[in-house]
Amino acid sequence: MHLLEVKWLSKHFGGIKAVEDVSFKIMGGSITSIIGPNGAGKTTLFNCLTGLSKQTKGTIMLSQRNITGLPPHAIVRLGIARTFQNIKLFRQMSVLENVVVSQHSTMKGGFIDAVIRGSRFISEEKAAREKAREFLALLGLDHAAEVPSYNLPYGDQRRLEIARALATEPILLLLDEPTAGMNPQETSGIMDLIKKLQMLGKTTLLIEHDMKVVMGISETIIVLDHGVKIAEGPPEKIKNDSLVIEACLGRGAHTV
Amino acid sequence: MSDVVRGLSIALWFSLLFLPFSGFRNVFILFAVLSSYAVIISSIKRYGNPLKEKFQSVRRVVDIGVRPVRFKPLIFCATMLLLLCFPLLVGDYILDVAILTGIYSILALGLNVMVGFTGLLNLGYAAFYAIGAYGYALLNVKAGFGFWQSLPCCLVITAAAGCILAVPALRLKGDYLAIVTLGFGEIVRLVLNNWDSLTGGPNGITGIAPPYLLGTSMAALNRYYYVTLGAVTVTYIVISRIRMSRIGRAWVAIREDEIGASSMGISTIWYKLYAFAFGSFWAGLAGALFAAKMRFISPESFTFMESVLILSMVILGGLGSSEGAILGALILVMLPEVLREIQLYRMLALGTGLILIMIFRPQGFIGGLRSGT
Amino acid sequence: MFFQQFINGLTVGGVYALIALGYTMVYGILELINFAHGEIYMLGAYLGIIFLGLFTATGLTSSSLPLLLLCSILLSILVCSAYGYSIEKIAYRPLRNAPRLSPLISAIGMSIFLQNYVMLTQGATDKVFPHLFGSHGFDLLGARITYQQAFLIILSFLMMVSLQLFVMRTRMGKAMRAVAQDKVMASLLGININSVISLTFIIGSGLAAIAGIMVAMYYGLVNYSIGYIAGIKAFTAAVLGGIGSIPGAMFGGIFLGFVESMGAGYISSEYKDAYAFLVLIVVLLIKPAGIFGRSTEEKV
Repeated sequence: MHLLEVKWLSKHFGGIKAVEDVSFKIMGGSITSIIGPNGAGKTTLFNCLTGLSKQTKGTIMLSQRNITGLPPHAIVRLGIARTFQNIKLFRQMSVLENVVVSQHSTMKGGFIDAVIRGSRFISEEKAAREKAREFLALLGLDHAAEVPSYNLPYGDQRRLEIARALATEPILLLLDEPTAGMNPQETSGIMDLIKKLQMLGKTTLLIEHDMKVVMGISETIIVLDHGVKIAEGPPEKIKNDSLVIEACLGRGAHTV
Repeated sequence: MSDVVRGLSIALWFSLLFLPFSGFRNVFILFAVLSSYAVIISSIKRYGNPLKEKFQSVRRVVDIGVRPVRFKPLIFCATMLLLLCFPLLVGDYILDVAILTGIYSILALGLNVMVGFTGLLNLGYAAFYAIGAYGYALLNVKAGFGFWQSLPCCLVITAAAGCILAVPALRLKGDYLAIVTLGFGEIVRLVLNNWDSLTGGPNGITGIAPPYLLGTSMAALNRYYYVTLGAVTVTYIVISRIRMSRIGRAWVAIREDEIGASSMGISTIWYKLYAFAFGSFWAGLAGALFAAKMRFISPESFTFMESVLILSMVILGGLGSSEGAILGALILVMLPEVLREIQLYRMLALGTGLILIMIFRPQGFIGGLRSGT
Repeated sequence: MFFQQFINGLTVGGVYALIALGYTMVYGILELINFAHGEIYMLGAYLGIIFLGLFTATGLTSSSLPLLLLCSILLSILVCSAYGYSIEKIAYRPLRNAPRLSPLISAIGMSIFLQNYVMLTQGATDKVFPHLFGSHGFDLLGARITYQQAFLIILSFLMMVSLQLFVMRTRMGKAMRAVAQDKVMASLLGININSVISLTFIIGSGLAAIAGIMVAMYYGLVNYSIGYIAGIKAFTAAVLGGIGSIPGAMFGGIFLGFVESMGAGYISSEYKDAYAFLVLIVVLLIKPAGIFGRSTEEKV
């Protein structure tokens, strides 16, 4: 039983075929990487999966349920969360607030509760704050809880993005270049985190350029080039695939 | 030396620009003023570096802004005590101004929900103010309903108008949204001005009854003051509480990054609609209070300038801060009253003020761009 | 009847088009709605009257009236361009990198300032433009076209064609188009961004000044508040045609002129101003990019 099934997904922008007939299946609890040269359509693929972009063709199924064309907030509620390549933090909010906001879909408090401030409201707010601190601790950010997020160093901002995504309590996590701009220590930290999340039952799909990460933790690698899937398989197979080497040769892919 | 020359040439430039309109005498005065200013500034630049440091450090302290977070309940109680005793301390004229300040506070608080919390620029807020006012006026004069009976109706109608405006507004980005709200405001005013049979056209509606409580009229200034005070308090408390909740956080998230917000599970369409409805709701309250106080309303009170005035209050106090909105209302209502002699120049000052605030201190007095947890 | 409204619409439409051009050019370059642009139009109208008054007060005979008129128009254009240049430098340039809300509010502030400045210095009552053309005209297809209307229509078309030629054929025009498309790239190619932006404001203001004088001539009366309403309508025209597109603004202005004339003639002249707002809301609902605009998807 596959968690995510993508069938013949295409996204055209006018004449440009950003994503063309891409199909793949993701098993629950797996870690999959999507790689490919810049402009291969990876982020566009993520945008379609999360409802930010409307696909031109194809279907997306989450746990056998058709989620094609649903708006982003609905997809979050169904259990898919993502981070962004260009960080989209709520800049004026503090680090803690960013994570509390992200629990929006898991909280129930409504208008009346907010005004009356009954015990149910207060306990829910308190729990949200505590849970937020837990997520921050998981990503090593609890020391910066009150800092306005625009003041965070770049690496911390990326980690906050992940913390926010986790706060929505997803079953499938889409990470768009989570280690971009990180030093080797931070990168290992992220790799460990993804593996820890796997043990907690989460499924991860990540876009990455850092081959150390890709080869280090992926069970499956999907390769995109010019919007088309040109290879799919375990790391060993992909490493030796001639098409892949041709596509990535000379591009900015890191090698260990 | 070149600084002074530059300053003088700028002074000359402006004087020449104003020449066709003002005539030679005024222009000479203007040139004299601007030149002296230019000379003073250049001298400060050349000789006054330590002075500049001192000025900067003062600025830094002011920049930190007012943050009475720890003492909030204390300050709130003290303020409430003062406000409750207010009618015993001041005369009728000031009481009248205070009531007006209260009404504008409600308007500023409501607009702050849309503009400050959610980032939806509304240039036609006076339309909701008008709908609330005319709603009560019509229900009272034409259908005979009392204030407290009409109020729920007014509020619902105004909030519904907010939803109607939200429909085109939901999919538009910043500038276009602003223009649509402006258009909405103008259309409402035009309808009020021309639909003579319903609204009385430019003559407006007269003979509006004041609210009655337990059989007594609340029209007397000190009684009406308490009605207004009650309304402002309710508005402030409800808005503050909604702000410090999941709903308020969702609004701020939308303001900060709409795509990010929707990717965190917030339905931007629903919450923007919510902001419109909730924000306009309070304008309805203010409108009804205004109509009940003045006993007469006309479309002249609900122009674009009115919308700009309310927006200025929100900006002055600091976008996103409820306390700032009230402060802004206080300043912009009290100042013209206090400085009656220069009443003529008040719009000129407002225009200049807006430009200066945007350039030098866009976060307003209290600087309210912090969200709430 | 129809053709008469057509001619009326064309006259008014030309005015709207000239003002709309200023809006669309500034928006194309700065992505800013120049709220104060309508006031420039108002200033142009006032200046035309003021300068003409100055000249005629020196006691020249009526035979040199066309020359005096021309001089007034040129001076008005000059001063308005200076105003446009100054406004950009004072109220918009410092906010070039600020969030979008700031320059918009600054623009509103500038608009309020200018309106009240004129009201205080020139008085709140209407100012009169001397009756120059008389009501002579000619008949065409059942409609009466006054020489004044003909003059205005020809003048607006002349201006629009000149602008189009300037933007398309000259080096400076190309620079303007480049800056509108990509500021950073244009500066890397050696184009002085600030000069181009200033020039845009200067040209836009000059056109608005001409529009102002045309209106002063046509209606005979001006008032410090005409800038606001005309500004909104012209902005509507610019949006209708596709904001940022110069042909779009021309088309939008004329089309709006028609809609207004037809509406006033056939439906109700009381709600004349409302037609523009309704058009605006309909356009923004259906196709915000306007008729000649392209709707682009934002890349995340």
